[in-house]
Amino acid sequence: MKIIVLVKQVPNTTEIKVDPIKGTLIRDGVDSIINPDDRASVECALMIKDQFPETHVRVLTMGPKQAVGMLQELYGMGVDECSLINDAIFAGADTWATSLTLSKAIALYEYDLILAGRQAIDGDTAQVGPQVAEWLDLPQVTYVSSIKEVTDKNITVVKSYEDMEEVCRVSFPCLITTLADQIKPRLGNFSLVWESNQREIPILTSVELKADPKEVGLKGSLTQVKKTFVKSVSKKGQMIKDDIELAAKTIADIIHQNNHA
Amino acid sequence: MLSEKHIKIQTLMREFTQKYVAPIAAEIDENHRFPEETVRALVQHGMMSIPYPKTFGGAGADTLAYIIAVEELSKACATTGVILSAHTSLGISPIYTYGSDALKAKYLPDMMSGKKLGAFGLTEPNAGTDAAGQKTVAILKDDHYELTGSKIFITNAIYADIYVVFAMTQPELGMKGITAFVIEKGWEGFTFGKKEKKLGICGSSTCELVFDHVKVPLENRLGKEGEGFKIAMGTLDGGRIGIAAQAVGIAKGALKETLEYAKKRKQFKQPISNFQNTQFVIADMALQIEAAELLLYRAAVAKDTQKNFSKEAAMAKLFGSETAMKVTTQAIQVLGGYGYIKDYPLERMFRDAKITEIYEGTSEVQRMVIASSVLR
Repeated sequence: MKIIVLVKQVPNTTEIKVDPIKGTLIRDGVDSIINPDDRASVECALMIKDQFPETHVRVLTMGPKQAVGMLQELYGMGVDECSLINDAIFAGADTWATSLTLSKAIALYEYDLILAGRQAIDGDTAQVGPQVAEWLDLPQVTYVSSIKEVTDKNITVVKSYEDMEEVCRVSFPCLITTLADQIKPRLGNFSLVWESNQREIPILTSVELKADPKEVGLKGSLTQVKKTFVKSVSKKGQMIKDDIELAAKTIADIIHQNNHA
Repeated sequence: MLSEKHIKIQTLMREFTQKYVAPIAAEIDENHRFPEETVRALVQHGMMSIPYPKTFGGAGADTLAYIIAVEELSKACATTGVILSAHTSLGISPIYTYGSDALKAKYLPDMMSGKKLGAFGLTEPNAGTDAAGQKTVAILKDDHYELTGSKIFITNAIYADIYVVFAMTQPELGMKGITAFVIEKGWEGFTFGKKEKKLGICGSSTCELVFDHVKVPLENRLGKEGEGFKIAMGTLDGGRIGIAAQAVGIAKGALKETLEYAKKRKQFKQPISNFQNTQFVIADMALQIEAAELLLYRAAVAKDTQKNFSKEAAMAKLFGSETAMKVTTQAIQVLGGYGYIKDYPLERMFRDAKITEIYEGTSEVQRMVIASSVLR
């Protein structure tokens, strides 16, 4: 079986700095980690490889050159091949341009299953995985909390909603997005970790992807961030301890006053 | 000082220790339980043969990487540290270094993968430092040796599968009459004697090996007849670096506990870390640990780059083990009553530290080794 895992490197902080002009994230100088939902995807791929050792696990990431360190770390966990999608013209992409670029990279390879994290902790859109499935015209199951069964023809997964679960069986080729909550990633293997920083990471540029500069990066993005700001913290609540009638009137008065303020 | 590769290994070992070792360290000590599940996890992550090439299934790393692994494990649990150290340095090492090609091919793959655990039997009830005083004998018959005697204080004992055992083939020659053999668990006449109850490293299995006319095939002789003492000493030179790593790990673990406590514990309306006495004690602890670490890492590098590293190994073990004793003693003093009770891990670290001054050559033996090297 051939699996492609889409992975993103994200800043390891809740204090994200924003470029005030471009409205995009400033990644330089911020500690980076593998996006947790994506790490769960890697673990799912490796669990399938545990079951079917001939499985080939390829990781693709789009991002700056510093993502090489993250990909080497994934070699330590046991993935077979990693590539970095990196080109100046890919920078500043929204989810539309990102998913198109990733789809072009995926199209270079054979695959039965594509795994991606549900969403990245920096952008939180949860759009890239589903969009990739659309570009490639693949069936998709999102919000997968665990894999129940894998055969050579299909995969059975548990899709988690807030208050219910659904068991879905989907035929290959398909795309699945995973949740980090219940999928605990493995630690590295000693020998693979030891050798990991000698592993070369091939770079895929716009040349390999035959990408039209107008379709990718900031230029190819349908959405542009107009303004990014830290939202102000809402005011503290006010407790009204009158009897019900009086309390209702007091609240109505407050709403009325605020509407005219 | 560590390379990027070594730092990656340090991070991996820290994560491993947090996940598998720290959560059960107090329990296995309390119950004197050998942590079989931790050994399985070490096997699963390819950690049972760190400093050996991939030829027989080793991880292909170096001695420093192995030392970092033992140190990180020992920060949380000295029992786990010595299980790995005894297997790697005392079980695998003599077969890898002195074994015939046939012996290596037969035993190393399973030992390196961790499928089979190794142990080493030299000490006897009446022969410790005086190895030539041993009473275990191996008598050459037509196509085999017949081994009779007993070995005590054997680490990994009943959980091991492969044992490197020393016996007299020519008692009249003293040191030059000792020969090494590779013995398998389950051979007729090979049984286990007393299981020791110990002060520390209580989760580690320490037991007597009893040999009653055990038939040992000729090909299981390690090296030539009479080379046993040389093999034992060469093996222990390497093993001592592992024990030094265990000692430095214990000391670092104790310092970490002390720092956490000293910053939190308030007396006279302030954290005790504000008091100069606490600061001076902590400064001394940190100083000794970093000096011990330097000697340890130097010895690890010397093993991979020098023909003879006996002095470096002895210095690392001597200074490391004495540091572990001093630091755990000081740490308990900083915690006072809390250091003395089992709610905190320091009393366990203190009990575990003592063995590092005793096994694989006592501190006195290390001084002998150092002096003989310096006076040469």
